[in-house]
Amino acid sequence: MQAEAQLSSFGAAAAGRFTETALTRRKDFTQSIAKWVFFSMAAAMIIPLITILTYLVVKAMPALSLDFLLDPPMRGMREGGVWHALVGPIYLVFVALAASARVGLLVAVYLNEYARDNWFNRLINLAVINLAGVPSIVHALFGVGAFVYAAKFGYSVLSAALTLAIMTLPVIIASTREALASVPMSFREACWNVGATRWQTIRSIVLPNSIAGILTGVILQVSRAAGETAPIMFTGAVFFKAVERGDLFPYHLTDQCMALSMHLFVVSTQVNNVPEAIPYATAVVLLSTVLIVNALSILVRTRMRSRKKW
Amino acid sequence: MVIGMTRNKKIEVQDLRLSYGHKEVIHGISFDIYENEILGVIGPAQSAKTSLLRCINRTVEFTPKTHVSGTIKVDGIDVRKQDVFELRRKIGMVAPLPVGLPITIYDNVAFAPRCSGITHKGALDQLVEKCLRQAALWDEVKDRLGSLGTKLSGGQQQRLTIARALSHQPEILCLDEFSIAIDPVTTMRIEDVLKELRSEMTIILVTNLTQQARRLASRTMFLWNGEIVEIDTNEVMFSEKPRDRRTYEYVAGIFG
Amino acid sequence: MNPSNQESQAQALAAALSTTSVGAGAHAVRTAPARAKRSTLAITAERGFEWVIRICGVSAVLFVLAIFFFVFREAFPVFKSADFHLGKFLFSTEWYPTSMSNVRFGTLALTVGSFSVTGVAMLIAVPFGLGAAIFVSEFCGPRLRETLKVVIELLAAIPSVVWGFIGLTVMSRLIVQVTGTPVGVNVLNGGIILALMSVPIIVSISEDALKAVPDSFREAGIALGATKWQLVYKVLLPAAKNGLLAAVLLGVARGVGETMAVLMATGHAVHIPHGILDSVRTLTANIAAELGEAPEGSDHYRVLFLTGVLLFGITFVVNLTADMIIRGMRRR
Repeated sequence: MQAEAQLSSFGAAAAGRFTETALTRRKDFTQSIAKWVFFSMAAAMIIPLITILTYLVVKAMPALSLDFLLDPPMRGMREGGVWHALVGPIYLVFVALAASARVGLLVAVYLNEYARDNWFNRLINLAVINLAGVPSIVHALFGVGAFVYAAKFGYSVLSAALTLAIMTLPVIIASTREALASVPMSFREACWNVGATRWQTIRSIVLPNSIAGILTGVILQVSRAAGETAPIMFTGAVFFKAVERGDLFPYHLTDQCMALSMHLFVVSTQVNNVPEAIPYATAVVLLSTVLIVNALSILVRTRMRSRKKW
Repeated sequence: MVIGMTRNKKIEVQDLRLSYGHKEVIHGISFDIYENEILGVIGPAQSAKTSLLRCINRTVEFTPKTHVSGTIKVDGIDVRKQDVFELRRKIGMVAPLPVGLPITIYDNVAFAPRCSGITHKGALDQLVEKCLRQAALWDEVKDRLGSLGTKLSGGQQQRLTIARALSHQPEILCLDEFSIAIDPVTTMRIEDVLKELRSEMTIILVTNLTQQARRLASRTMFLWNGEIVEIDTNEVMFSEKPRDRRTYEYVAGIFG
Repeated sequence: MNPSNQESQAQALAAALSTTSVGAGAHAVRTAPARAKRSTLAITAERGFEWVIRICGVSAVLFVLAIFFFVFREAFPVFKSADFHLGKFLFSTEWYPTSMSNVRFGTLALTVGSFSVTGVAMLIAVPFGLGAAIFVSEFCGPRLRETLKVVIELLAAIPSVVWGFIGLTVMSRLIVQVTGTPVGVNVLNGGIILALMSVPIIVSISEDALKAVPDSFREAGIALGATKWQLVYKVLLPAAKNGLLAAVLLGVARGVGETMAVLMATGHAVHIPHGILDSVRTLTANIAAELGEAPEGSDHYRVLFLTGVLLFGITFVVNLTADMIIRGMRRR
């Protein structure tokens, strides 16, 4: 009975909707409902997000100004701005990514271009994937155990940056591999046929054509490293450190530093009687920084996509 | 076109076996190729013709789980004992599907010489022009050597591939069904080039067009399912009475 | 390369070029041209570099082992301590690490805290994330799809401390207003925040799973007269169920491993929650909250590291399972 109804409705569709049966009307109806249900589910995530963000900005307005960005925190965080917390992440991220981007690139090149499909290389793959899933607090513990104590770097920018480097490494490896793999195999074969070595092929054809993907991956990790708190909380970031207003080079590698993410945590949970606008303003500054860096990566990606070479 | 008994053997294949994993695709074949001849290789699809070429220039090693046994000698030396990059430069390979590398046309042809250490601009210019002329592409691209290789038409990219194959001055040229993706006019132009190149190098012409082997080659080998059915001069292979009945049937198109 | 080398090369090349003729069949006896060779320096340098690459690649395994090693190293000595019993560590709910008289290290309440917050988060995130993924992959046009994907990417980029801040301020106030409880930081708060954080990964993996279903399934369904909804419900979801399961598992792993957001949004009470409006503390938040005050080398310190080992183990297993499922999915 149902099969007949279905077949007849199929016939109706084929006949160009001249015969609109009750069945087809009901089907159209369920289809629209389904579409709107799913649309509202997607919207249900986005609308609260926009509301929350607007609320944050509104609450932050009283404190936001150029001075807020340039001044260091004063009077126990109750006044002033976020300057050192802004400079700190630049140091941390710079050192962290200088290390992890380079190592990550080499590992990805090895995995995608040199490794043969044996048990050992599958183990390496597995290791990279699991490294990516380690919780941030475990990274913090690792940083404490390995860099602060075992390597005796102590509580410093260096320890914190190295912890961030290990944290960003697996994702850089994964995204670089994807970028390398997007170069078609036929190009590599053409190079091997004329007697080029693997490295010559990689250097002349593979790398120049995967630069966009690699760069996108690195930029995304920059934004992630700038926003993380747990890994730096116990390895090098502190509650407060005296720094001059607008000083661009306040930290040495062995110093401790302030970081924006940690600062937000501190100012919203550890200090009493802070005027309401200050934590909100700190959150807005952190959020804007991260979103700007992410937007940059999206920009790089779309521009490179439009300049496709094959 | 006399086969002299005193001619040198450029390539000697002895009891070659190739397997992909557990599946054997070449079952112990042996044959010789003489210097400065064009050897046609004909046979239906999946006869391991491409695999044979890849064994000769050792690019079969890039495929995982392959096992090669037997010997292939080029210039009397086992290919596995030669430096693999020098070997691949001695052999020019033209694949069935045209591949233009995503660099300029000039760089496409200059790629191989640069890899082997030639950097002198004058020498490279000369080489690029010579190879593009030999591939019958010079006139069409001489004003735009700086444009991307991937933006050429299919036929042009195939000629670019040939120019690339010639750029490292090979002694052996392998063509693997080169005319599949190009039009008949371009095919004829390239066939003319091949006839001229015969004086400089040894050519192995794998083709699915038996008439092409008949036109260009002096000897032809019929490979079927990884075994040599027959290998002989064209006069014998394309006559009414080749040594093996199957050769006649394949050439006549009774099966394919 | 020194100039004389280059010059001689150019000469050799010119000589070779001139002896070959491009004209009609001159059958000249040809001598092999002087082959250009790479300098041994270049060859050795390249080989050396390739070895560097190989070593780097292999060292990736070392990093994972290193993490496990260094965390376990700090934790290990606690096994010899008189106050510590592994069974109680795992299964007791009494967490009194700083007590003067009766030190107890039971993490069960914390584990339940972790899983309850993650559970609430998944209950919210999975249906919405799945719905959004279905919308993006089946129902929406290309322009809208690109915009939605960008929005989801930006959602994923928000740092966890900002989420924690939102939980502490915005969400807390909202919950107090809506439900009338005195304290706004609890399981519900943490659950909602964690749900918003996990949605991007659930959406992206689910979308991959739906895209991996071959088009022939869809075509067959349409040929039989199915509507889009029937197609999704009867054909796509069953076909993609492995990938969807992987998406949920990855969401769970993310939830259990999250630190800052739950630290700020779930409160500080170490007990098994009686309802979603109770405050709890998760394993991760506990470490973050107490590590600063535990003296180095003390039992408390070492137990916190051991908690880290426990977390590492849980997320390792969950991620591994999800990864195996995803590999199976991609291979098809």
